[in-house]
Amino acid sequence: MPQKILIAEDSSTMRSLIVSTISALGEYELIEAANGFEALRILPREKVDLVITDINMPDINGLELISFIKNNPNYKATPLIIISTEGSEKDRDKGLSLGADAYLVKPFNPMELQGLIQRFLG
Amino acid sequence: MSTDYSAQALKEFLGEAEEIIESLNLELVTLGDSAEKGDADPDIVNSIFRGAHSLKGLAGMFGFQDIADLAHHMENLLDNFRLGKVALSDRLIETLFEAIEALTRLVHGKGEDETFTCDVSTVLAHIDAILSGDTGGSENPLAAYRIDPSILNVLTEYEEHRLLENLKKGRNLYRVRVAFDLANFDQGLAETTDVLKQVGEVISTLPCAGDISERIAFFLLLGTDQSLSEVRDIFGNDEIQIEAIVQAAAAKSSAAVEKHDPEPEDDTVDATPRLAEEGNVATQGEGSLRSISRTVRVDIDKLDELMNIVGELVLSKGAFAEVGERLKALGRDEVLSSLLKATRDLERRLEELQKGVMDVRMVPLAQIFDKMLRIVRQVSKAQGKKVILDIDGADTELDKLIVEDLSDPLQHIIRNAIDHGIESPDERKAAGKPEASRLRLAASQKGNHVVIEIADDGRGIDPEVIRRKAVKKGLVSAKAELTRDDIYDLVFMPGFSTRDEVSELSGRGVGMDVVKNNIASMSGMIEIDSEVGRGTRLTITLPITLAIIKALIVQIAGKTYAVPINSVLETLMIDKSAIRTIERKEVIELRQSTLPLLRLAEIFGLSSQQDRGGRCFVAVVGLAEKRIGLVVDDLLGQQDVVIKSLGSTLSFVEGIAGAADLGNQKTILVLDVGGLMNEALRGESNVNV
Repeated sequence: MPQKILIAEDSSTMRSLIVSTISALGEYELIEAANGFEALRILPREKVDLVITDINMPDINGLELISFIKNNPNYKATPLIIISTEGSEKDRDKGLSLGADAYLVKPFNPMELQGLIQRFLG
Repeated sequence: MSTDYSAQALKEFLGEAEEIIESLNLELVTLGDSAEKGDADPDIVNSIFRGAHSLKGLAGMFGFQDIADLAHHMENLLDNFRLGKVALSDRLIETLFEAIEALTRLVHGKGEDETFTCDVSTVLAHIDAILSGDTGGSENPLAAYRIDPSILNVLTEYEEHRLLENLKKGRNLYRVRVAFDLANFDQGLAETTDVLKQVGEVISTLPCAGDISERIAFFLLLGTDQSLSEVRDIFGNDEIQIEAIVQAAAAKSSAAVEKHDPEPEDDTVDATPRLAEEGNVATQGEGSLRSISRTVRVDIDKLDELMNIVGELVLSKGAFAEVGERLKALGRDEVLSSLLKATRDLERRLEELQKGVMDVRMVPLAQIFDKMLRIVRQVSKAQGKKVILDIDGADTELDKLIVEDLSDPLQHIIRNAIDHGIESPDERKAAGKPEASRLRLAASQKGNHVVIEIADDGRGIDPEVIRRKAVKKGLVSAKAELTRDDIYDLVFMPGFSTRDEVSELSGRGVGMDVVKNNIASMSGMIEIDSEVGRGTRLTITLPITLAIIKALIVQIAGKTYAVPINSVLETLMIDKSAIRTIERKEVIELRQSTLPLLRLAEIFGLSSQQDRGGRCFVAVVGLAEKRIGLVVDDLLGQQDVVIKSLGSTLSFVEGIAGAADLGNQKTILVLDVGGLMNEALRGESNVNV
């Protein structure tokens, strides 16, 4: 069974860039969510092994998603990577203090993302 | 940074960037309107900010540093604005418009050539100028309200600002807890949020931690002037839990976390507001299967290809008729009848398929009408004129390609109207008109056509002035006898409007003849009507789609042509003796009116056909209010044809819209009715020249 990665990001282009970056590593199942709500739906149904989230999303923001995941005994241990745009340092710090495991700045370096995924998922 | 993403990814980027820019434009218009009232809707401001923010991220990914820089500047400006550090002003709105225009240029440029760039330093300087005047930040004033850090920790910087704004206004801050079935919580949440927005501002939406295998609960942070019981009354008594975080009266005093409802015993307490109930039924259980976004963005070329295949499928159904004939000849009647039944079935399905594919290509005219809002705003401002744009029928749908091609001509017409048609406020007052003029942009569907009307209530065009100008320019003779319609049509003649007399704004050296040609290339027609002192109206008639059409197949001098059926009003067989010549033009009488004839054999320089016993066929075609009769040798019947472009080399051939495949590997030419009518009508005005 391939490990599952949930990608919460409202920009479809950014999502497909993330998807193609990760697909290059092979053997992961990628689940895309176009907003925080979709991510919330997917979480209880799929056993997600890693979450990648944007901060600025239209319905619930990334921080709220992180807080939900990191305060929920079922998902708490799931590694979480924030990918957000530069200039949101305050939001990034909040995300990290809420329990996010890593942070990447858009435009991210594909190698860096791949490295993080391999680090968390082995 | 190098751009090693695929061409496909680039296309996606351009598509998304265009979408973002389009909505930025729209939202900015709304923001501009509210700027006049001195108040800005935080949802819109935030959405504009997010647009710029996404664009920055995307452009950075593709190494488009220029777009990323500009978007970054915009984002900075908007961030300072939404955080209250920059005030809402006309200057701010204008600068943002300027920035969006530059973004549009850049994105369009990259669409043509990835390496395209242009100088945007002026825009950047304008943004910096506004930013340099900003009031600077301060330490976190929220601290004074002593709000539980667990609430503040999940707020983005912007949400913190909104929270503070609410508190500054002396509003109460409540935390509303609602729970929904997991299957349809977004719908329930949207409904609840809408209800709460009527009494205040929903600052954030936090999903509550806990088991969410069936139900999920949220904390909504609400800033409102209403009291706790008033808010609770909206939802009915015990369906929702509301807790006061800051009460205006108690603000800045103690922690003030006063619980007004019994604490929920566990996380699955039923707190569904009654509004959400109706949505609870349908999607239970299965909801998550369709969790991913509900729309797809498709390259128009792919749709064209699909359309072509459907078209060819429609054509190949002709083969069944042929098999039928053969079966009939063989006397296999029972097989024949089942074949006919199967064919009818297939035809019906094909029609549905064709309609389906066609529907996908249809987009509402709102896509370009909305852009016009901006043009009107911009041009009227530059000219010091007051213009109210009334838009009607923006939901009328047209083929995507037509809508796109319509953008330039429409923009030109609107600029023209404001520039030349609409008077200055003083002039209007003197004429006893309201200072603000009204410009009407209306669309409606009429059968297979869409009619777009652009009407102003300006000074109108005096036909005598047009006539004199046309004579002076040598376009018509001074003695020419012209009807009112003929005179207005002169406006569309090449050379009528010239660069030197068109202002910089409306002109750009493009005359109305180019507008007319653009419309004609979409198989459309444009007409103008005007009344001195009352205003001018332009009417554009366009086919809904260009791709598959039903055509009347006709024969001229042994050659076969197709006439789009949506422009054919009727067909006649006439006696040649019925043709009369009026002012060197052939006409026939048709139900008490005179119908001008056009001999296609002459137009296409074909040798005329042998006599058919003194009779010939006439296909009466019409677009908008005009009609003419096309004289042909024979009518061969009706058929579906797929129009294919002739390519650029043949595109100039007057009277031909394209080629069509008849399904038996026979390619025929499709007549361009609009073009032919131009030809006929031009002939009319040349009569006495």
